Amino acid sequence: MTSRTPLSFQDIILALHAYWSRQGCVILQPYDVEVGAGTLHPMTVLRALGPKPWRIAYVQPSRRPADARFGENPNRYQHYYQYQVMLKPNPPDMQALYLGSLEAIGIDLSLHDVRFVEDDWENPTVGAWGLGWEVWCDGMEISQYTYFQQVGGLDVDPVAGELTYGLERLAMYVQGVEDFRDIAFNDPRSADFKTYGEVFLESEREFSAFDFEAANVDMLKRQFEDMEREVPRLLKCRGRQGQPLVLPAYDYVLKASHLFNLMDARGAIAVAERQSYIGRIRDLCKACAEAWLTIEGENAAAPALGA
Amino acid sequence: MPQLLLELFSEEIPARMQGGAARDLERMAGERLSAAGLAPESMRAFAGPRRLTLVVEGLPAAQPDRSEERKGPRLGAPDAAIDGFLRSTALTRERLVEHDGAYFALIETKGRPTAAIIAEMVPEIVRQFPWPKSMKWGNGQVRWVRPLKRILCVFDGAVVPFNVEEVKSGELSEGHRFMGSKQPFVARTFDAYAQALAANFVVLETEVRKARILAGARTLAAARGLELVDDEGLLDEVAGLAEWPVALMGDMDESFLDLPDEVIRTSMRTHQRYFAVRNPLGDGLAPHFISIANIEASDGGAAIAAGNARVLSARLNDARFFWDEDRKVPLAERLERLKGVTFHAKLGTMYERVERIEALARELGPLVGADPDLAAQAAHLCKADLATGMVGEFPELQGIMGGYYAREEGLPGAVAEAIRDHYKPQGPSDDAPTAPVSAAVALVDKLDTLASFFAIDEKPTGSRDPFALRRAALGVIRIVLANGLRLPLRARFKRAIADDLVGFFADRLKVALREQGKRHDLVDAVFALGDDDLLRVVTRVDALDILLTSKDGANLLGGYKRASNILRAEEKKGPLPSGVAERAADAPPEETALINALASIAPRVEADLAKEDFTAAMRALAGLRAPVDAFFDHVLVNDPDAATRENRLSLLIQVRDLMGEVADFSQVAG
Repeated sequence: MTSRTPLSFQDIILALHAYWSRQGCVILQPYDVEVGAGTLHPMTVLRALGPKPWRIAYVQPSRRPADARFGENPNRYQHYYQYQVMLKPNPPDMQALYLGSLEAIGIDLSLHDVRFVEDDWENPTVGAWGLGWEVWCDGMEISQYTYFQQVGGLDVDPVAGELTYGLERLAMYVQGVEDFRDIAFNDPRSADFKTYGEVFLESEREFSAFDFEAANVDMLKRQFEDMEREVPRLLKCRGRQGQPLVLPAYDYVLKASHLFNLMDARGAIAVAERQSYIGRIRDLCKACAEAWLTIEGENAAAPALGA
Repeated sequence: MPQLLLELFSEEIPARMQGGAARDLERMAGERLSAAGLAPESMRAFAGPRRLTLVVEGLPAAQPDRSEERKGPRLGAPDAAIDGFLRSTALTRERLVEHDGAYFALIETKGRPTAAIIAEMVPEIVRQFPWPKSMKWGNGQVRWVRPLKRILCVFDGAVVPFNVEEVKSGELSEGHRFMGSKQPFVARTFDAYAQALAANFVVLETEVRKARILAGARTLAAARGLELVDDEGLLDEVAGLAEWPVALMGDMDESFLDLPDEVIRTSMRTHQRYFAVRNPLGDGLAPHFISIANIEASDGGAAIAAGNARVLSARLNDARFFWDEDRKVPLAERLERLKGVTFHAKLGTMYERVERIEALARELGPLVGADPDLAAQAAHLCKADLATGMVGEFPELQGIMGGYYAREEGLPGAVAEAIRDHYKPQGPSDDAPTAPVSAAVALVDKLDTLASFFAIDEKPTGSRDPFALRRAALGVIRIVLANGLRLPLRARFKRAIADDLVGFFADRLKVALREQGKRHDLVDAVFALGDDDLLRVVTRVDALDILLTSKDGANLLGGYKRASNILRAEEKKGPLPSGVAERAADAPPEETALINALASIAPRVEADLAKEDFTAAMRALAGLRAPVDAFFDHVLVNDPDAATRENRLSLLIQVRDLMGEVADFSQVAG
């Protein structure tokens, strides 16, 4: 890649943390509910809404049961990491900041071909869309770059800029390896060097079997229906301090979404049912987004209570 | 004469939108300048990955002064009316002039400076720009395709000051993101602008970028004794993805060459935007590719080409996985999956659609000269590849993959070919299939589409045709004509939709014939007969065309119109006579001559029509021209004697009806 030793997987994360921390981001830890993509973290989906400025960066483990390949496909796995950045409002020099982050992880911009290729992002299950690009480095998609326009069916104003780095792919590129198992997780010169495969292959094998063979569809379906009932109930609640329960309700939306993904991977969702499931999740998400915006409005009206 | 230079500099504009954006910019500026009375000598617009540029030459420095005389109240009108007129013109009474019995106001308007017009025009163009998709950014409310960063706007060497929200106009632009000087440059004329861009590694003109790409790619290919596989659509796209395009050649593992060429090329094109290369002597692809980078890298592009090659390998490994997996399951077994694929919410599953096509292929196969069993077998399997991994990944390979898989499992060649070709013809440059089984399946696939969507009232409206029904109907027409098929359409469809569909085909045929330079009124004249056999309609239109371009035909048309005008007028007075005109002893010779001509020509026309020899029928009909002309010249239809008049009307009715069997001449213009 460059004359320097390429960064290990964890050093890429640390370099991105350091870089985005310098840009004034709150560096968060991963959210503790299963999500299919880093965007779904409530600190992105919900905080994209409302008028308040917000800059965050975090790593988010993401689960896509349908992508399980028992660890045998060199670049597809059911559990992987996304590095997620959101800058709201997006600063005018956001593209330059992004390119700076690539240099921070060792990509020499005079040696490689970095391109912004049209790719409009859309996530129907959370009623969100935006315009932007997939960013190519020498023909490899290394990031998704989006200006959020709507979330939960509501306008994002001011606009939030979102960056998603596929960390394994980026690491494979930076390190010049062809298989995710060969990614250097820590420094290859360290006393106890570990590859990504040594850390995660067992997990890929077990969860692949779970996703495709062992997950209990009847239970998943029951749980989905439980979540679906709980979200509107929680949204009607108020706590003893007068607080709404939007965030707990949103957790259940995430759970419902993951349960759907599991059922889908098990082949338990007929084609005709798919749209209806996605619509049900979207409705739940939209209800949370609307409730969130209401509190944001209340907080804005009473700044002393604002976060 | 002063020049206007405008550049709208933004983050990366989608390649597919650039050409349209340049045209829109030129059109919008042209309309506004003309409306302001500022006709330019010339305009040129350019679009690239990060900028839209417009240069307008030969604008005047200001609008011309205008003076206009406005008419007011008549002389002696009440004071109130005159005062009102004075208020509306901001003049005093002494300034009014009197002539032609009224007051007039002479209003002088000083032309505004062109720069002031431009300062209003550009923000308006930005706000109204018709991007296919646009967005907001930051705290702003303005929409553009991606965030707008700079506006360079210089008229006659000076900045035209204005702003669009945060973006202020200026005289600065910038070059290539990575190769340029990283500093903005000043441009006050188009020449200086173009020079600064070139010095900062930006090729302004799309056509020059395309030429550069082609030249670079061909040189690289030729250096290895290979040739570039041309791909116009890909060239257009990559020209919109690089400001400084640089062609690079990369290597592909030779073992991938056992994949079908279409798979390799589709993977290269859709995922990676690479060009394929081939050996000019062999028949397949060469194990290399050409990619277009946006940078002259410091190592000559070695790292980029190596990176490109690795990504392609990963893509082709995926493709090979699909190719290997797909071939493990026979197409017939994949059909089951189509039971779970909804074709359309109101039209059931894809499987049900296959059942309909299959039955129809068996029925219509012999009409095309196809063995009914083979046609049914091909129809049965033609959609099975929709359930394969490869088509899931590359939907544009539908049909093509089915064809390959059918051959791989040893199905008859005609069946494999029909599966491959049944979506054809897909566009004006695509041939209609002529192999019997292929033509049969291609035909019934489209007939089923049309019948299905018309049955649920999903017809195209205006520019909306989401199910491509116009293309399907045109496909049917082209297959019918290319294969000389006799296919009465009406009988193919349920009664409730038959009229609509036959009308829809008539419209499509009209469009198709008009594109071939045929007169659409002739198509109307033939369709008005109610014939629904496309081949016969076209033959008849051709014959009619020949007749009407002859002198006899053109004159006969005049006679026909005259006869029908008379009959129409008579019809208003009362019922027209029925019966056949009789030869009367005291009749003028021209009347008898026409009766005789009809008696000899009518049976010939009928016989020719029965043989479907339309040219002969038209030729026979042309024989009526002389007697009809003579009749009108010498015989008065409206004779005072009722019996004589009725006899002559009957004669005209016979002429009209005989001609009406050949075509509805009332629909013919002229």
